[in-house]
Amino acid sequence: MGFFKKLKDKINDQTEQVTNKFKTGMTKTRDNFTSKVNDLVARYRTVDEEFFEELEEILISADVGVETVMELIEELEMEVKRRNIKDTEQVKEVISEKLVEIYYGDDEESIEELSLNEDGLSVVLIVGVNGVGKTTTIGKLAYQLKQEGKKVVLAAGDTFRAGAIEQLEVWGERTGVDVIKHSEGADPAAVIYDGIQAAKSRGADVLLCDTAGRLQNKVNLMKELSKVKNVISREIEGAPHETLLVLDATTGQNAMAQAKTFKEATDVSGIVLTKLDGTARGGIVLAIRNEMGLPVKFVGLGEQMTDLQRFNAHQFVYGLFGDLVDDGVEE
Amino acid sequence: MAFEGLADRLQNTIKKITGKGKVSEQDVKEMTREVRLALLEADVNFKVVKDLIKRIKERAIGQEVLESLTPGQQVIKVVKEELAELMGGEQSKIAVANKPPTVIMMVGLQGAGKTTTTGKLANLLRKKHNRNPMLVAADVYRPAAINQLETLGSQLDLPVFSLGTEANPVDIANQAIEKAKEEHHDYVIIDTAGRLHIDENLMGELQEIKQSVNPDEVFLVVDSMTGQDAVNVAESFDEQLDVTGVVLTKLDGDTRGGAALSIRAVTGKPIKFAGMGEKLDQLEAFHPERMASRILGMGDVLSLIEKAETQVDEKKAKEMEEKIKSMSFTFEDFLEQMDQVKNMGPLDELINMMPGANKMKGMKNLQVDDKQLSHVEAIIQSMTQQERVEPSVINASRKKRIAKGSGTSVSQVNRLLKQFEEMKKMMKQMTSPKKGKKRGMNFPFM
Repeated sequence: MGFFKKLKDKINDQTEQVTNKFKTGMTKTRDNFTSKVNDLVARYRTVDEEFFEELEEILISADVGVETVMELIEELEMEVKRRNIKDTEQVKEVISEKLVEIYYGDDEESIEELSLNEDGLSVVLIVGVNGVGKTTTIGKLAYQLKQEGKKVVLAAGDTFRAGAIEQLEVWGERTGVDVIKHSEGADPAAVIYDGIQAAKSRGADVLLCDTAGRLQNKVNLMKELSKVKNVISREIEGAPHETLLVLDATTGQNAMAQAKTFKEATDVSGIVLTKLDGTARGGIVLAIRNEMGLPVKFVGLGEQMTDLQRFNAHQFVYGLFGDLVDDGVEE
Repeated sequence: MAFEGLADRLQNTIKKITGKGKVSEQDVKEMTREVRLALLEADVNFKVVKDLIKRIKERAIGQEVLESLTPGQQVIKVVKEELAELMGGEQSKIAVANKPPTVIMMVGLQGAGKTTTTGKLANLLRKKHNRNPMLVAADVYRPAAINQLETLGSQLDLPVFSLGTEANPVDIANQAIEKAKEEHHDYVIIDTAGRLHIDENLMGELQEIKQSVNPDEVFLVVDSMTGQDAVNVAESFDEQLDVTGVVLTKLDGDTRGGAALSIRAVTGKPIKFAGMGEKLDQLEAFHPERMASRILGMGDVLSLIEKAETQVDEKKAKEMEEKIKSMSFTFEDFLEQMDQVKNMGPLDELINMMPGANKMKGMKNLQVDDKQLSHVEAIIQSMTQQERVEPSVINASRKKRIAKGSGTSVSQVNRLLKQFEEMKKMMKQMTSPKKGKKRGMNFPFM
C-alpha cells in the first residue's frame, strides 16, 4: 500500500469537519508548498543533485530549519537510492512519508493528546514570548474543554502587560468561565496560587494559567516563570499536568531557541502553534519535534473560538500535500 | 550548532585553507556556502540570500579575495559591505505635516507589538521632539485592546481617543483627528487591529482608514523574530497601503533578525525604529550597519563601543586598564566599574553585544541580571577597606559577617569571591598581548 493511500486512510478515520478545518486553514501553506513541489517535479525528470538542492530550498522557505532540512534531504537521498527511484513523480510520496516519519519517530500518535488528570484537578500552564497569542489560546482552550463537559477556571497570571487581565476576563465572559485575578503588577505566583485554591474549592476539572509574555533571553523573567511552576508543583503533586509553549507560526529559527530555553525553565510538555492560517509556513513544527522532541498539541487555524484544533501530523502533512494525496490515491 | 556565529564558522573553513598558501575557487565556494547557511539560519529570506550570494561570489572570486593575504577577513568584509548596502542608510526621521496634526497609522500582524509601539512612539515624540501627541484606539476587535492603550496613555499621561468597541474604525479615526485639531495636538497616532495580510476584508478596512484620514506616515510593525514569511507580509502590506516605514519589535530578544534584511530588500522601505525592551522609553533609532553585524552573528560591537563611550569616563578607563594590567584590580575598583556599567544599561544586554561572548567559557552560565548586581554591590559594601583590597584575608568568620551585613548567604559571598578571581584571570588573558602583535581584546577577524 502506498503512503498516500495510508495517509488517506488515517484521515478518513477522522471527522470531515476536522479535515476541512486543516485543509482550509492551511490553504496558504499548501498553495505555496505543493505548487513549488509540483513545479519542481515537473521541471526535473530525473532525481539528481540539483533536484535535491532545489527541494532543500523549498523546505527552508517553509521554515523547516537548516539542520532538519539537511537531515531530511540526506535521508531522502538514501531512500531514493534504496528504492531505486528514478522518476521525480514518485519522490513526492517519499517526501511526505519522511515528513510524517520525522514527526512521529518511534513514538505513538498519542503524544498529541492532552494529558489530564482524570479524577481531580488538572493544571495547565501556558507560556511563551510576547505576542504569540497566549491569552487567546487560553480562551479557545477554555471553550473547547467546556464543550467537552469539563469545569474550567482561568488564572490571570499576566499581571505585567497593560490590559492583559481585562483581555482574559472578556474571554471568561464569552465562554462562561470564572477568572481568578489580582490587580496589575501583582506577583504572578500569588495569582496562580489563588487560582489553584479557588479551582480546588470550586471542584473544577481544569485550571488554565495565563502568564506574561517574555523573551527567552531575559534571565529574571525566566526565573519568575520557574517560580510559578514550582508553586504549582508544590500545591498539587504531579502538576502542572501540561506546560504548553505557545509559538507563533510566522516565527523563524528563533522558535528553536524559544523551545529550548522555555523547556529548561518550565519543563514544557507540548507546543501550541498559533496563526497557522495566515502563514505560508509552519515548518518549524518539524524542526522542533526533530531537534527538541516536543510534540505539537494544538494549532490555531483562525480567529473564531472554535478554531483551535488538536494537532495531528497526518492532517498536517495532508494539509501540506492535499491535492497531491487525492490525485495519488485516485491513480 | 544552529546558533553559531558566521565568524566562527568561517574561521573553521579558513583553518582548513590556511597553510595552503593559495585560495582556490573551490575554497571560495565553500566559504560562500557557510555564508549562505548563516544567512538562512538568521531567517533571511532564501530568495534574498540567493541574490546576495551571487553578488558576493562574483566579488570574491573576482580577485578581491583571492589576492588578499587574509581571505577570511576579506570575505567577511565583502559580505558586510553587501549587507550594509542592502540595508541602506539610517533613517529615523518622522514626517511633519504642513498643517498639523501629523497623522501616523500603525499596521501589522497580530502580536507584532503595535499597541506597545504606539505608546513608545508617542513617548519618543514628546520627549525627544517636544511634541504633543494624541493616541487613537482603533483596534475594536481584540478583547481589551482599547483598555491596553488607555493604560499606556495614563502611564504616559497622554490622551487616548476611543469610541468603544462598537464603533467603526474609520469613524474613530476621523473623529479623532477632528478632536486633535480642536485640542491642538500636533501628532495623532492611530493604533489599528492586528490582521493577517491575506485577510481581504480587514485589509480593505485599513485602506478605507487610509483614504479617509490621509496619513503622513504608515508604519508597518514587524516582529523581528519573523521567519521566511516576513517577505510576504511586508510585500502585501506595502502593496495595499504603501507603507512609509517599518518598526522592528522585540529586538531585545536573541533573534538574529534576518527578517529586517528581507523586508528591506523586498520593499525598499526604510526600517526606522527598533523596539528594544518592554519599557516605554525603549524605542531606538534603527542602525542598519549594526543589524548587518547581528545577522551575521558578529555581535553588536559598534553599539557596545558607542554605549561605553558615552558612559565611561575616559580617564578613569585608562586608570582601570593600568590596574587590570598590573593585576592590582580590587573589589574597590570593581564596585566603581559596576557603577559605570550600570549606567550603560542592563548587563545581559551588554554581554549580548559582545562578539563571541556566548561562547566564552564561563560567560554562558554567568547569568547576569540587575537584581543580582545589587546583591553583589551589597556584599562588597559590607566588606572592610582591607578586605576589598586584599580579599585573601577573608576567612570563614569574616564571610559570615559579610553575609549578614549584606543580607545574603555565605555561599553567595563565596561565589562572588570565586567569580572575582576568575574575572581577574580572564582580564589578564584579555590584556596580555598575543604573540606580541595585537593588543586589547581579541575580536575575531579584527
